[in-house]
Amino acid sequence: MKIHLPNSAFIGNIDPFLRSFDSREPDRLEITANKKWISVHPLVLSMIAALGIGLQPQNIYCERLEARSKHYLERMGLFRMLRISSGIRITEHEPAGRFIPISKITTSEELTRFITEMVPLLHLEPKHAEPLRYIISELARNVLEHADSEKGAIICAQYYKKSNTIRIGIADTGVGIRKTINNAYDAKTDLDAIRLALTPGITGTTRMGGGTEFNVGAGLFFIRSIAEANRDFFMIYSGDAFYKLLKKRQGTRQHLFADPLRNKHSSEEHLPHWQGTVVGIDISLDTNEEFSNLLDLIKDIFVKTIRERKKKTFRRPRFA
Amino acid sequence: MTRITLQDKTGPFAENKDIARDIRVKMILPALSEQEEVILDFEGIEGATQSFIHALISDIIRKKGPETLDRIVFKNCNGTVQKIISTVTEYMQESG
Repeated sequence: MKIHLPNSAFIGNIDPFLRSFDSREPDRLEITANKKWISVHPLVLSMIAALGIGLQPQNIYCERLEARSKHYLERMGLFRMLRISSGIRITEHEPAGRFIPISKITTSEELTRFITEMVPLLHLEPKHAEPLRYIISELARNVLEHADSEKGAIICAQYYKKSNTIRIGIADTGVGIRKTINNAYDAKTDLDAIRLALTPGITGTTRMGGGTEFNVGAGLFFIRSIAEANRDFFMIYSGDAFYKLLKKRQGTRQHLFADPLRNKHSSEEHLPHWQGTVVGIDISLDTNEEFSNLLDLIKDIFVKTIRERKKKTFRRPRFA
Repeated sequence: MTRITLQDKTGPFAENKDIARDIRVKMILPALSEQEEVILDFEGIEGATQSFIHALISDIIRKKGPETLDRIVFKNCNGTVQKIISTVTEYMQESG
């Protein structure tokens, strides 16, 4: 596998980075980087760590980094996670207020501990902590429950002062969305599977309305809706497809849709194959929308969708 | 009457579905089977995920019917938690 850290890769301009990823030769990983400056979304680091943690360190080659911002990768714990030396020396600072280094979550207990420790690390006010821990819990639990990966969820986050935004990336190298969804549905492509996974009330565990005792197909829909209502970026990449929720301009009318393809979005198929799932999300801390108000919007569309789906199964009277 | 204080088991953010299932199976269902009223006390809970609440109560509504909600009291819930509980109870009844 080959992955190149570009000059810039955030959700808004992530497409070329995803296209350039070379997933051939999965037993080795080669990391190259822009020579001058590297500025990347946490999801990029989560992806590289997820690819590398299953490999022997001698099968990971990282070229000597020259970019002035190379220390960031060391500080985020990328090389520690890969168990290789970068040769970069840094003075470790207390991470509070800035970032959550790359972390691996493999159990429910680790996730609970991670969420508890995360909020003080980012110095968040309660109103900002609420959606953040909600999103991280739901995303990481998806990995633990559905990805079927011993390597678990690889997650990191960074606060960006200039945009007053927290950016989160979470990656796994599990079975991917299509395999999970197709336990109950028949998605022909990875993009079909992503679309289903983002639709309210669709879960790979059952086709029954109301779901199972554990799943109802709400997690990813809630997260997409939080991003949509806050006009934040959100993206998901699994198999050879990705879906990106695009930002809407302030002042445009808020609309949540059951079908993710009705939201302002971009999507692409035939990308290099990602065995597993990657999710990235930006959470603007400037938003005035209270989490509690968002839940009203989300509830309305979720319940309406369930009701309409149920109605479609009604038996019709036969008139002669 | 059985009172279940959730914060002792979940901490201030209720998100662990395994814990939710344990509470349901080991505490709520036995009490309901004894025809008792159950008080789920959310004192000290700052937030909860839909997944947690689903794992806590959806199977009760599915198997015992929505009328069981008449014997469960959700106490000391903040606004956010109330909305998540309402979402779960509503979609479970819509899909029943």
